[in-house]
Amino acid sequence: MVSQWKPISELANDVQSGVISASELVETSLETIAEKSEYHAVLSVLGESARARAKDIDARIAKGETIGKLAGIPFIAKDNFLVFGAETTAASNILKGFQAPYQSTAINLLEAEGAICVAKANLDAFGHGASTENSDFGPTLNPHDKTRVPGGSSGGSAAAVVLDMVPFALGTDTGGSSRQPASFSGCIGYKPTYGLISRSGVVAMASSTDTIGTLARSVEDVATVTDVLAGIDELDSTTIQRESDGYAITDTSLKGKKIGVVKEYMGEGLDPGVKTTIESAIEKLARAGAEIVEVSIPSLALSLAIYYVLVPAEISSNLSRYDGQRFGYSDLSASNLDESYIKSRSHGFGKEAKRRIIIGTHVLSSGYYDAYYKKAQLVRTKLINEFASVFETVDYVVGPTAPTTAFKIGENANDPLQMYLADVMTVGASLAGLPAIVIPAGLSDDLPVGLQLMSPAKTDNRLLNVAAAAQKELSK
Amino acid sequence: MANLTSDDVLKLASLSKISLSKEELSALTTELGDILGYVEQLSSVDVSGLEPTNQVTGLTNVMRKDVIKDYAISQEELLKNLPARSGNYMKVNKVL
Repeated sequence: MVSQWKPISELANDVQSGVISASELVETSLETIAEKSEYHAVLSVLGESARARAKDIDARIAKGETIGKLAGIPFIAKDNFLVFGAETTAASNILKGFQAPYQSTAINLLEAEGAICVAKANLDAFGHGASTENSDFGPTLNPHDKTRVPGGSSGGSAAAVVLDMVPFALGTDTGGSSRQPASFSGCIGYKPTYGLISRSGVVAMASSTDTIGTLARSVEDVATVTDVLAGIDELDSTTIQRESDGYAITDTSLKGKKIGVVKEYMGEGLDPGVKTTIESAIEKLARAGAEIVEVSIPSLALSLAIYYVLVPAEISSNLSRYDGQRFGYSDLSASNLDESYIKSRSHGFGKEAKRRIIIGTHVLSSGYYDAYYKKAQLVRTKLINEFASVFETVDYVVGPTAPTTAFKIGENANDPLQMYLADVMTVGASLAGLPAIVIPAGLSDDLPVGLQLMSPAKTDNRLLNVAAAAQKELSK
Repeated sequence: MANLTSDDVLKLASLSKISLSKEELSALTTELGDILGYVEQLSSVDVSGLEPTNQVTGLTNVMRKDVIKDYAISQEELLKNLPARSGNYMKVNKVL
């Protein structure tokens, strides 16, 4: 696939040096968004504010000002990022019409370097899902096959990148929500170390695993964006120090890199076509000099069970703020406060949010707390310890991203447990707080397959570097 | 860990301030049963000697200086999303 966008750093240089204007880039982006609207990748377009920002940047460049690392670069943000001048709905009816009174830190950082938000991307409402079918405003279609899902929950962001609407898009990743759509749609999807990128101003899903994801066509582009986003934010007390070397790609060799193939990911339940594609990708890494060994993380088999206890628990807590009183949908026909809560929430939340709130309420209720919630937290520790001991012998681990390629729209819609299984290979890194990145590995029956690489927490720099090297090998 | 009855699900829904139609209740009771059946596999895992993980950063007591910071947001900006208001007050149903 030939993209109409040059690498982000080149493009920003071109804008700064006057080879092309920010306004031209924004127009190209807006035109592509309009041309490909049938895929329903975006929920709202910020034409007016994007054009105004581009004009301002062009005027500043004309005056000789230096703009920044992302001068004039258009991007799309998942619709759970608070952005000035646009609705922020999280694809949920309960937030329909919500106008953010402040802006997320991630958007502020990107804008400070000259990037321009041109649209908000579709998602599974509140990030609850693996297909974007749970969007209250209709699903996004897979760019490779319109009868299939793009993955989720950042399905709109992934589709927008693959449809060439923008050089990059922001997503979020709580249990795989940027990586799995990258695999299904065919682009790069990166989830940083937990805490590396501020979540201030992003609609919360499950606070102990929520991260900001980046989707783009190349690892270099992801690294350019990460270098702008990473680091401590006083508005998010869970943020951690950025690495002193930053996140540029400097080492593009696979020679001597120790990579462990996770046995548990390659076994039962893995689609044979996906398996073949992943095995041949790993072989290419080996031929390029990577040292490939097999590793075992037995508790990964339990990771989805841990996730579907802890995450609904955190969701039930985070979604309690939607009470119909301060913002969002409110049923004004209620005759008392309790009825107002019940009517507003029952109408405003979709099926999946209700399902997760009720499971979360159950696993946190007295009498079940120890058996479910606390037990899941303990098994989470076991999983984290197993990852740590594997990383004593290898520097990276590798495997598939999802057990299958993109499934048909509607195929899993009536079986929530089946839908949850789409996350089985991505929740491990989320629970352990590790950085993970998905790169296109090839096609199986004409559908994209993504290779997933992970490394220890706070080693995002070397993960991005090895991923860039891997992408180079796999695209040969 | 016993399976949930539809009465259990109704009680959980009521605690969550959510009402369910008859169809929703019946579907949810089955689905929740499936999901809880799946996570049941955690019950037999040996976790002796381990501490529960609440968070993974290891950060504790993250403080900031107790100073006023101007975020340049107007009162009107902050109030504009109120579903019902009376002047600069938010309006809610009768509480007592």
